[in-house]
Amino acid sequence: MFDIPILRFGQTYESMEKQAVVHFDTGEPVAQLHQATGAMVKLDLKKSQKARDALRAVPIAKLIDICKAAARMYLEETLPCGNGSLTPAEFCRLQSATTGLPENMCSANMRKNAFVLGHMDEVLDALTRGLPYEVLEKGYGKESRGVMVSYQATTPVFGMVLPNNSPGVHTLWLPAIPMQIGLCIKPGSQEFWTPYRITEAFFKAGLPREAISVYPGGHDVGGAVMTDCQRAMIFGGQTTVDQHAGNPKISVHGPGFSKVILGDDVVDRWEDYLDLMVDSVFANSGRSCINASGIWASRHTREIADAIAQRLGPVVPLPPNDPKSSLAAFTTPGAAEAMNAQIDEGCQADGVTEMTAKYRNGPRLEKRERCDYLRPTVIHCTGPDVPLANTEYMFPFVSVVECPQNKMIAQIKQTLVGTALTDDAKFKQQLLDATNIDRLNIGPVKTVQLNWLQPHEGNIVDFLFRNRAFQDTPPVAH
Amino acid sequence: MSQLAELAAKAKAQLDAHTYENVQWHFHESTGSPFWLEKAKTYKFDPRKEVKCFDDLKKFPHFEDEWLRGGPISRWIPKGLAGKPAYVFETGGTTGIPKSRMVIEDHWIDYENFSDTLPDEYFPRGANWLMLGPSGPRRLRLAVEHLAQYRGGICFCVDLDPRWVVKLLKKGKIKEAEDYKDHVIDQAVTILSANHNIQCAFMTPKLLEALAMRLLDDGTSIAESGIKGIFAGGTEFTPQWYRTCREELLGPDVYITPTYGNTLMGLACGKPYDPADNYKITYYAPQPRAVIETVEFKDYNQVVGYGQTGRVKLYTMTKELFIPGFMERDEGERELPHEKFPWDGISGTRPFHEYAKTTTVGVY
Repeated sequence: MFDIPILRFGQTYESMEKQAVVHFDTGEPVAQLHQATGAMVKLDLKKSQKARDALRAVPIAKLIDICKAAARMYLEETLPCGNGSLTPAEFCRLQSATTGLPENMCSANMRKNAFVLGHMDEVLDALTRGLPYEVLEKGYGKESRGVMVSYQATTPVFGMVLPNNSPGVHTLWLPAIPMQIGLCIKPGSQEFWTPYRITEAFFKAGLPREAISVYPGGHDVGGAVMTDCQRAMIFGGQTTVDQHAGNPKISVHGPGFSKVILGDDVVDRWEDYLDLMVDSVFANSGRSCINASGIWASRHTREIADAIAQRLGPVVPLPPNDPKSSLAAFTTPGAAEAMNAQIDEGCQADGVTEMTAKYRNGPRLEKRERCDYLRPTVIHCTGPDVPLANTEYMFPFVSVVECPQNKMIAQIKQTLVGTALTDDAKFKQQLLDATNIDRLNIGPVKTVQLNWLQPHEGNIVDFLFRNRAFQDTPPVAH
Repeated sequence: MSQLAELAAKAKAQLDAHTYENVQWHFHESTGSPFWLEKAKTYKFDPRKEVKCFDDLKKFPHFEDEWLRGGPISRWIPKGLAGKPAYVFETGGTTGIPKSRMVIEDHWIDYENFSDTLPDEYFPRGANWLMLGPSGPRRLRLAVEHLAQYRGGICFCVDLDPRWVVKLLKKGKIKEAEDYKDHVIDQAVTILSANHNIQCAFMTPKLLEALAMRLLDDGTSIAESGIKGIFAGGTEFTPQWYRTCREELLGPDVYITPTYGNTLMGLACGKPYDPADNYKITYYAPQPRAVIETVEFKDYNQVVGYGQTGRVKLYTMTKELFIPGFMERDEGERELPHEKFPWDGISGTRPFHEYAKTTTVGVY
């Protein structure tokens, strides 16, 4: 069994409080995770400048090389993990064992994280809009067009309270390291594997150990990270989003309510986009905020819903090590049951029809001794105001909503990824102007097909740095 | 028989005698409280005849703390103590009618007994105290003040309304709760900076942390502020928190000791610090005035084996209050008697697992 200590800016620390982490299906102990306390985090953060100082001693170009080397090690090598070590295959097996995510998805998420790490020069170039590294290193400098710019770090370390739902979220914080910002990580209680493995890969690749802290623990640890880091990201439900809305120190990531929108000009050819819609809903077991939870069109919605239901309805849970396994387990007792009950209640309303039921050959909720599964569910909604028209659940769930195109943008409300299938110039402009859509795809791009050269829910560069005025000579007379 | 076994046997005999004496007092027409005299009428047994030792208390149904909600408070005053000045202390009360306990002198007696366990080296007699905990209708505030006075000092207090903090947290107003905590710490820092010879303190774990952090930010520390001894309590006082305090937050010059208690029971002391314990915290109730049992989750009349986990069951038997078995909202492991406290203890206290998910822990 893996014994995984706390990492306090590079120093391992053995806690007196350890949490057993068990296999989601068998209950077999897999690891014991040392638990930090809020006081410990707060004390360490008083010395967080040391993390940034250690990183600033390494040029950004070198840090990018470290990222690239770490990408390869993370993906391919045997790396330390607490009191043991893990090959990539063992890593996926254990990550699957504690999260309920099938191993093939663990592997896919590994490749995603490794891709971002391995292409860090391009990612940084895109997110900084081509800023010379020197500007971040010194705090000021001239752009290639000769304009003086200054970027001031808003924090010595980037705090984060990470979730369990999908290991793909780690792509979001990786660019902090080459920007010479340290990390203060509270990992998920089940998906602590990735932060630890990436950290070990970084260390093996030559990153200063003082740059990273990993504090598994309870709510007090999360609270300390959020209050004592000058910049922090948190993942959670709508309540978490509402709680931190408007706080410039916190980047909050909640439900995505991502959608596929079919314009009136293409909706009669909806069958051409069936694969795109199915994959947007179904990839990664529908666990991500970038999975589509809504498909909106002005007509053919019942046929669209039925076609997706035919594809997803028969999908059944398979063992996590089956390469064809496509459904993740719910490991929190009662969570799947509660969602199932909400969906059943929503389906009682006028205008709401579950389309998957007839293709499923069994109930939506599959209860096991230690975990539950929710089988894919496609709902048809006759309008945007009926229950379940704008809902997101952490499994392959989608509402196909009938709505006139001219009301669609307002009715879809907040949307993390919006894939719009249309060639209508006027509609495209309206979509471009819609501030309730964060990531906009116009064209046949699955909602889950993220380009890492694009910012996600705000640009991390703008979050971790302040673009402020700086002059070292007087301006020209005027 | 070993010396400890002898001490334990003596303590057990004392507890049995104390139990008998208390039941006689609380259920006698001339001395008992209206509450218990009325309650006795509903029992199928006569407590005065059938309770002869501590184990006989199991004949009583469990005490329900809901009985403490609402008035008249005077129904709790034993006739034998009628006319004495009485206090009322409240618990909870964020919403609805709080639970209240009538007290005459118990809080003084409990804290005088507790005083005897404090090392004078770290809690110097004559030194002044800081009470960094809840104010208002709370037992703690007056009890700590009495402790300071009993030891020849004066207690400085802060204004702290824990009900407001819980309301803020329940509404998700984290920033406002942090601001309120800062307001409380401002008061503490002001008191400590005013040359009042404060060397001892009670602090809740969260406020201790916050004060220590503030002083660190100001370039000083709790030790440099002059404080030598602190007692703190609650289920947040875990072994790891204890260790962080001793090794990192307070340093070697400040003594900290854990306590466990509530308005109903009084104060259980921690087993004196011993490096060999590796920060394990074991509490012992102030027997015979109060008793802690660790009982099976499925049978609250069955004590678990030593080292086994169970729910905390409290008994209080003083002239003022009789509680024949109350199920506390905590769980822990049953511990062997200790020479200083030759009766069962409890370690690893933490919120009862069935309630833990719904409990809001504020600053108090």
